[in-house]
Amino acid sequence: MGDSVIMKRVFALTIVAAAAAFAATAASAQTLNTVKSRGVLHCGANGTLAGFGLPDAQGAWTGLDVDFCRALAAAIFNDPAKIKFVPLTAKDRFTALQSGDVDVLARNTTWTSSRDTQLGLNFTGVNYYDGQGFMVRKALKVNSALELNDAAICVQQGTTTELNLADYFRANKMKLKTVTFASANEAVKAYDAGRCDAYTTDASGLYAERLRTVKPDDHIVLPEIISKEPLGPSARHGDDQWFDIVKWTHYAMVIAEELNVTKANVDEMVKSDNPEIKRLLGSEGKHGEALGLTNDWAYRIIKHLGNYGEIFEKNVGQASALKISRGLNALWTKGGLQYAPPIR
Amino acid sequence: MSAVGDHRPPRVSPLNDPRVRSIAYQVVLCAVILFLVWGAVDNAIDNLARARIASGFGFWNATAGFDISQTLIEYSTTSTYGRAFWVGLLNTLLVAAFGIVFATILGFMIGIMRLSRNFLVSRLAAGYVELIRNLPILLQLLFWYNAVLKALPELRDSILIPGGGFLNNRGLFLPQPVAEPGFDAVALAFVAGICGAVAYRIWARRRQQRTGAQAPVLMVALALVVGLPVVAFFAAGSPLEFVYPDRGRFNIRGGIEVLPEFVALLFGLVIYTAAFIAEAVRAGIMAVSHGQTEAAYSLGLRPGPALRLVVIPQAMRVIIPPLTNQYLNLTKNSSLAVAIGYPDLVQVFTGTVLNQTGQAVETVAITMAVYLTISLVTSLFMNWYNARIALVER
Repeated sequence: MGDSVIMKRVFALTIVAAAAAFAATAASAQTLNTVKSRGVLHCGANGTLAGFGLPDAQGAWTGLDVDFCRALAAAIFNDPAKIKFVPLTAKDRFTALQSGDVDVLARNTTWTSSRDTQLGLNFTGVNYYDGQGFMVRKALKVNSALELNDAAICVQQGTTTELNLADYFRANKMKLKTVTFASANEAVKAYDAGRCDAYTTDASGLYAERLRTVKPDDHIVLPEIISKEPLGPSARHGDDQWFDIVKWTHYAMVIAEELNVTKANVDEMVKSDNPEIKRLLGSEGKHGEALGLTNDWAYRIIKHLGNYGEIFEKNVGQASALKISRGLNALWTKGGLQYAPPIR
Repeated sequence: MSAVGDHRPPRVSPLNDPRVRSIAYQVVLCAVILFLVWGAVDNAIDNLARARIASGFGFWNATAGFDISQTLIEYSTTSTYGRAFWVGLLNTLLVAAFGIVFATILGFMIGIMRLSRNFLVSRLAAGYVELIRNLPILLQLLFWYNAVLKALPELRDSILIPGGGFLNNRGLFLPQPVAEPGFDAVALAFVAGICGAVAYRIWARRRQQRTGAQAPVLMVALALVVGLPVVAFFAAGSPLEFVYPDRGRFNIRGGIEVLPEFVALLFGLVIYTAAFIAEAVRAGIMAVSHGQTEAAYSLGLRPGPALRLVVIPQAMRVIIPPLTNQYLNLTKNSSLAVAIGYPDLVQVFTGTVLNQTGQAVETVAITMAVYLTISLVTSLFMNWYNARIALVER
């Protein structure tokens, strides 16, 4: 360790303000070791969006993104409970990941080129293919987003939603009045109080937020989807091992669904003769060790959480209040976009 | 002092010379601070580069691509981030300026009410102060925002304001006056009125000092400042057009638009800060000894002039420093606008711009510099005013 490195460590300790946050990223190359020695995975989650990240009345977190983080914890610790969820607003999420407050960000975050290249983070995949839509009051008798010329629209700040909205209205030569809020909560409340004609966010979010209005039946979701919103987890830039672990956690769940390995049958499947299943569950090859984990990493994920389809149905699908159909998120073999490279 | 002549301290080694020592200590301290600051900056730059986070101010001229609900200068989704910064800054200054004026008026009223001999009036003011200043401002802002939204009708049931205005939960919409060619005469008359009023006041004061005769300065000044432009307005043939707000399918366009977010923020800030100003005013007035009031009465002044000419000028010396604090607090508290959707500097710049560009260090540094500048300018002005009215000891 050279003198300059020691000096920088000294500074990292002395500068408590902004710089301290960035000093933490200097040590980010060993995220896996940091997480292991800490004994707890720090996961940046939504906290207010049903189906993706929301603590219930007892403080137990539920959601698609939440279960993704649990799967990661299961792969590392063989215990999905060794996790701390940090609720983040759209505005603060990237800073929290950059500064090392969280190890992984799974907060229904759209993968865009500028976020991937300029924010010091890497998207590891897409765990939900979404698109932006609008919710309006039925009483307005609006049937299409193209009729929203001159409408006031409530939106959450710091989202791709804010930009898509402006783009869509500009492209269609319509006038727009946006009212921007820091939290989705306040934005929906203001929309419900009549401040805006429409509320816009990702379609999956619209169904969840509609349930929070005073009279959900008074609101409809318009048919237009105005953008591509590939939502996925992200990890800090510069730690390829950690990036691989986060990426393959999602793939393992997709592969498990392809191979019909479920939470219920995983113990029997370990004995299967199918080489693909053997490689996935670690009875053949050393694919887990190559990631820096144990060879039964994927077994742990499926044993504790289940495969992608199970997690989907439980949180946003037919078994949930949202009742969203698989659509784009079906496996590629069933007409969807979920596809994983093979383990070999 | 001068009797000592050429007294010199005994020669000592520089090591033991207190002056040399103190200078040395300060040089060392400065060096340490500079070293730490340099280290922090270097460290931050180093880490940003390592994490491949974009840095620099190149984003300033990039297209912002988002909309802002209240813009005092021209702004569209194709404007730059730099333009968005100015929009946010002006919105902050707007709410701070209105807030300071109204909070001062309300605060002085409440403060004087609290000293009233009328039991009900003084208790009412005391209750106001205790209730308001003990509740968090963020809570009050959310309360006012929801109160404003819930109390107002929907667009279709807008309250019509005589003269072509609308009031609904989208805001207050008023006809916008637009000056026509002959309007210069009215502006000229207004300036002339102010000059005349100032001249009259100087003349009246000199005459009072010479002869003791008082003149109705307030009435004459009002007549000059208000009356003269009104006369000029009609003489020039009412050179003013109004652009009336127009009701569309969803919204109202044209005219002056006052957002409910602005009203709620202004309301919350004024009511909160006025409680603190009221206490400063009460403390200031109570600091003036009762003998001053008695002396004023014994000179034959009635209670009104006694308060205005004797008590308040002395109280101001005590009131100004805490009042400055409250002005600064109000300006800084305006950044809570982010919670209720008012597009102030923090909401637009440290919110959306930071998030879209990901350049936290630059945007936060700029925002801090702006608030620092606003605060320093405010306290500079208040210090100047304080020095002007300070007690001059002779």
